Amino acid sequence: MRYSLFLAFFLFVLPQLVQAQNVKLLRLNQLEQRLDQGKDTVFVINFWATWCAPCIKELPYFEKLQADHTSQPLKVLLVSLDFRSKLETALKPFVQKHKLKNEVFLLDEKNQQEYIDRISKEWSGALPATLVVNKKRNIRKMYEQEFTYAELLKVYQTLK
Amino acid sequence: MKKILFALFMMCGLMVKAQTAGYQVGDKVADFKLKNVDSKMVSMADFKQAKGFIVIFTCNTCPVSKAYEDRIIALNSKYAPKGYPVLAINPNDPKASPGDSFELMQERAKSKKFGFPYLLDPDHLITKTFGANRTPHVFIVQKTNQGNFVQYIGAIDNDTENTDPDKILYTENALQDLLTGKTPALSFTKAVGCTIKWKKAE
Repeated sequence: MRYSLFLAFFLFVLPQLVQAQNVKLLRLNQLEQRLDQGKDTVFVINFWATWCAPCIKELPYFEKLQADHTSQPLKVLLVSLDFRSKLETALKPFVQKHKLKNEVFLLDEKNQQEYIDRISKEWSGALPATLVVNKKRNIRKMYEQEFTYAELLKVYQTLK
Repeated sequence: MKKILFALFMMCGLMVKAQTAGYQVGDKVADFKLKNVDSKMVSMADFKQAKGFIVIFTCNTCPVSKAYEDRIIALNSKYAPKGYPVLAINPNDPKASPGDSFELMQERAKSKKFGFPYLLDPDHLITKTFGANRTPHVFIVQKTNQGNFVQYIGAIDNDTENTDPDKILYTENALQDLLTGKTPALSFTKAVGCTIKWKKAE
């Protein structure tokens, strides 16, 4: 009995824990490569942080956007701007607690003067911010605002 | 005729655009009159001895603002005696962000013993005039015989977490330049911050 419980833990519980904790570090070069590779994909990239209340409020809308469009070439990426030192103590526990299904990254760039402009010249640095990239239509648009689900859906439908 | 109308239309468009974009470095700053946490009205003109101002859009609730709060207090302690006091302006609407109400601003200013005005900007009029779009957002204004001019827009430093001993003190560097009769070598920086909590249409 004890053995089977043990086995159950390893087979069912642990993989979920491990999966939920899967937050990857992301350099901007890696992000750009990914965008280049997915030429047919519409990327909706949400920049957020666990300390940003309006970001947390709109996270479910990004989860819903992806979940409602699984058959379409849409990829939602959640890029956290939490401090690097908070990866283990804040970000991973948050992702686990809220069972986020979208891919979550921690931006691994130090120089704000450089990376804010590289992400978008339109961006002042305020959070939340969402970048929509559609290479096929040559679209790269930054939204420095908080979304409702209806607003987010409209943006996706307009730019897809 | 049509062409003239079109040109006029375009000019109006440009003017509106310039207004929404707010001040750029080098622009002349119009004075304002805003209510301080002591309920008195504050204008830049009240500071007869000042050489300029460190105008900072900041608030109670934004974690980045909170992280910078002690550094804002220190900026005022160091630069008010040199002629550049801090003028803090809360750009957030209290309905959209209840933690930024006038009463809670008063509490915060009292508990942290702010040595500088902490001003309310109802309807975001001054926030929009300046073009502040996040907290904290710094505008260094220099007083001259020709009026007050923006000399620096951006971040306080490049280390929100305050752990890097080699951090670059953008605001202090710009102030040092101004105090030694120079224009700031770096006059515009960007930083991660919180969006302004705008009043919602009712």
